This record gives sequence, structure tokens and C-alpha cells, in this order.
Amino acid sequence: MNIENYEVPVSIVEAVQSLQHGDATILAGGTDLTPQTTSGAKEFLRTLINIQHIEEMRGISVDDGRYRIGGLTTVTDILESALLAAEVPVLVDAADHFASSQIRNAASLAGNICNASPAGDMIIPLLLLDAEVELAGWIDGTLSMRSIALIDFFTGPGKTAMQGNELLTSIVFAAPVEGFRAEFLKSGPRPALEISMVSMGVAAVQKEGVLSNVRVAIGAVAPTPIRARATEAVLEGQLLDESLVDEAAAAAGREVSPIDDVRASAWYRSHLTGVYIRRLLNVVGN
Amino acid sequence: MSLEIEIKFSLNGRQTRLKVSPTMTTLAMLREKLDLTGGKLACGEGECGACTVLVDGHTINSCLMFAVDCDGRELQTIEGLATDAGLEIVQQAFVDHGAIQCGYCMPGMIMQARYLLDHNPDKGRKMTRDDIARGLEGNVCRCSGYTKVVDAVAAVVLEESPS
Repeated sequence: MNIENYEVPVSIVEAVQSLQHGDATILAGGTDLTPQTTSGAKEFLRTLINIQHIEEMRGISVDDGRYRIGGLTTVTDILESALLAAEVPVLVDAADHFASSQIRNAASLAGNICNASPAGDMIIPLLLLDAEVELAGWIDGTLSMRSIALIDFFTGPGKTAMQGNELLTSIVFAAPVEGFRAEFLKSGPRPALEISMVSMGVAAVQKEGVLSNVRVAIGAVAPTPIRARATEAVLEGQLLDESLVDEAAAAAGREVSPIDDVRASAWYRSHLTGVYIRRLLNVVGN
Repeated sequence: MSLEIEIKFSLNGRQTRLKVSPTMTTLAMLREKLDLTGGKLACGEGECGACTVLVDGHTINSCLMFAVDCDGRELQTIEGLATDAGLEIVQQAFVDHGAIQCGYCMPGMIMQARYLLDHNPDKGRKMTRDDIARGLEGNVCRCSGYTKVVDAVAAVVLEESPS
């Protein structure tokens, strides 16, 4: 469809008012929208809303033990955040594995989430942090906000629980508990610019060899990024030894449902899942 | 009649005003409307870096940025790097080290190298060859002349921060 209107809101309120009738395409960093629309994979809707000038949607802050990252915060902003490097290094590590310098400089965190790729790099560490996303809407002439757990946000490849008249404004999560260690791995034929064949994060508190607060998140092995709850249950409260690692790897293998595609076969993705959980448990459990 | 948006921005230090379609990329605007053909279209999806330009001091793939989004920003392209006094130091280093083969990827490579030199990822520590290679990972050279590119950038590291 031809774009009939182009709007540049400078506040969340202005943006959701523009969005209230739906039928609009949201432009943030543009790094996914440009190739998707150029290739025809995605069509523009009637109105194009450029949200890049909404300053209140940028920045990283912590208040009373709760972190908030504005949706327009770029991957470079995350990579260069001294606060996150000190307190939530897994997010910085994932940002460091994200695409290339040029794409990190443009791509927004909300864009990476809303694109809803099963392989979205920033999603996995956020799932380890039990992050929530905040969605703004305009209902009955007033701003309406709702929060949804990030894990419930994804409904399929490229599909989310966000309505056409909503805007993802920020990502929030609680400060990790004392001793919480989270690690991230992704695989591709080269370090830069890879869409993961498998990405995985494992987080836990380890005390005298026993794991608690265990979280396992896996990307590119199912229609959406997943939390491997059965694998977490196998590990939770248990002494991490060789047989438990075997058990966890077997459980993770049962939780993934990978496909064959241009990047990897289903068999290889299953194999990598087992390799990665062992590798990550070795680090987190140490 | 299809929609055209008027945008204003600084281009290599000059205020520029023009009308663009909301679906036009920044790269297409630079090449087709402004005749700045240094940045190249190769992959068109952010994999190769041949279209790299600076926007508000950060490098981006101009093939992945809509021209309308240039409004109010500051763009610098390879054409804005040299001055009447001569080539910019990175450009000269590429020439001195023979870092150029077919030349297609060079404008993007040089813009990214300039950005990298200005944004040392590990401030306080001198960039190593590995840091340089890592910083240029978003730029592909099909002639695969990477060694001399790294030589050239490493020489600038020494020149700009001796000791």
C-alpha cells in the first residue's frame, strides 16, 4: 500500500494518539524494516510513524531495584552502559555479539523485541532476567499502559501480543538477586552479522555446588524464543554434578523443536542445544 | 500522487533541504538525489558495510536508514572527509599502505575505520590489530584485502596516539 501519512511524534502520548486507529507502521532504527519492506516481506501500512524523536523512550535507569531500558535505546547504548556492565553484564555480552557496529548504532532494543525473531539476540538475556515489556495505548481519550512478561509477548515467528494500536515503550526487570550469574552463547559460522543457529542463556545462583534461581532461555529452536522450564526444574535446588548435567541436557533436548533451514539443520540445532547447556552450566556452576 | 516529505539536515557541514519519498533509503538519496556516489549499494541489507556513513557521529548502514529519518541530523559521507589541505589521515594511510584493490568497499571501510579510531572500544588501551579487525567486522571486502586495511588503520593508531 502507498503510505498516505508520515508522522513524527515527540512524546509517547502523541505517538499512541497517532496509532489509535491502527493501520500504521512504526519506524524506529529501521535496520529490520528497511530490508523487510524493500524485499516485499513486509508491506507498509497507511501511516508511517517515525518514533525516533521520542526522547522519553531512550536511556537506561535503575530506580528502587528496578531497571528500565527505554525502547529506543540502541544496542550500542547497551554495549557502552557502565551501569549494565557492572550490574547486568549478560546484556552487555549479548549486545557485543549483536550484528555489526553499524547495525548496533541504529538498532533499538524495542525493535529487536518487536521483530519477534526466534533468533533475536537481545531477547535471550532479557528472558533470563524475567523482563517485562510496557505497552502504551490510547483508550477512551487517555493514555493507557499495560505490562506483559516478555516470554508471553511472543506468539509466533514475527508475531507478538502487541495490538496494532500499541507501542512498546520500555523494558523493565528487577535487579538480579545476590550471586546471580547469567551467561549467553550464540552460534554462527563467523562472529559478526550472524543470525544465530542456536542462542542460549543460562542463569543461576550457585552455592556450595547447589543451583537455585535457575533460568534457561533458548533462541532459534522453536517458533518463538523459549524458557526451558522443564530443564530449569531438573536443575533447581540440585547439586550440580555430571549426572545432573546429563539429565539437564536430555531435558533441554526434549524442550526444543528446531527446524531445518538455510542456516542449520534441525539435527544440528538439537546437537548444539546439548553442547551449549553443558558449556553454560560449566560456567554458571563454577 | 505519492507522498513526499521535506527534510532538512546537515550534509558534510552544509545545510541541505530536499523532498524524499518516505520509502527512499538514505543511500538512494545520497547517490540519486545528491550525487554523492562514494557510498555503494552492494548487499542492501546491512551485511557488507559498503554504504557506511556517519549520522550524528555514529556509523550506520545508509541502506538500512530511511531518508526521512535524516531530518534534523548531521550526516558525514566519504566526500566530506578530505579537505582542501589534502586527504584525511585515514584516507592517506589507506593509500600509503596499498589497502585499496577494486575500491568498491573502501568508502564504507574508511568511514568505519574513522569511527573506530574516534570510539576506541576500550578507552585508555591502545587498539590492537584484533580490535581493528573486530571494529571493521561489519565491512566486507570481496577482494579480501584485509591485511593491508588493518595495516593502514594500525598506522593511524600509532600516528594519532604515539608512545
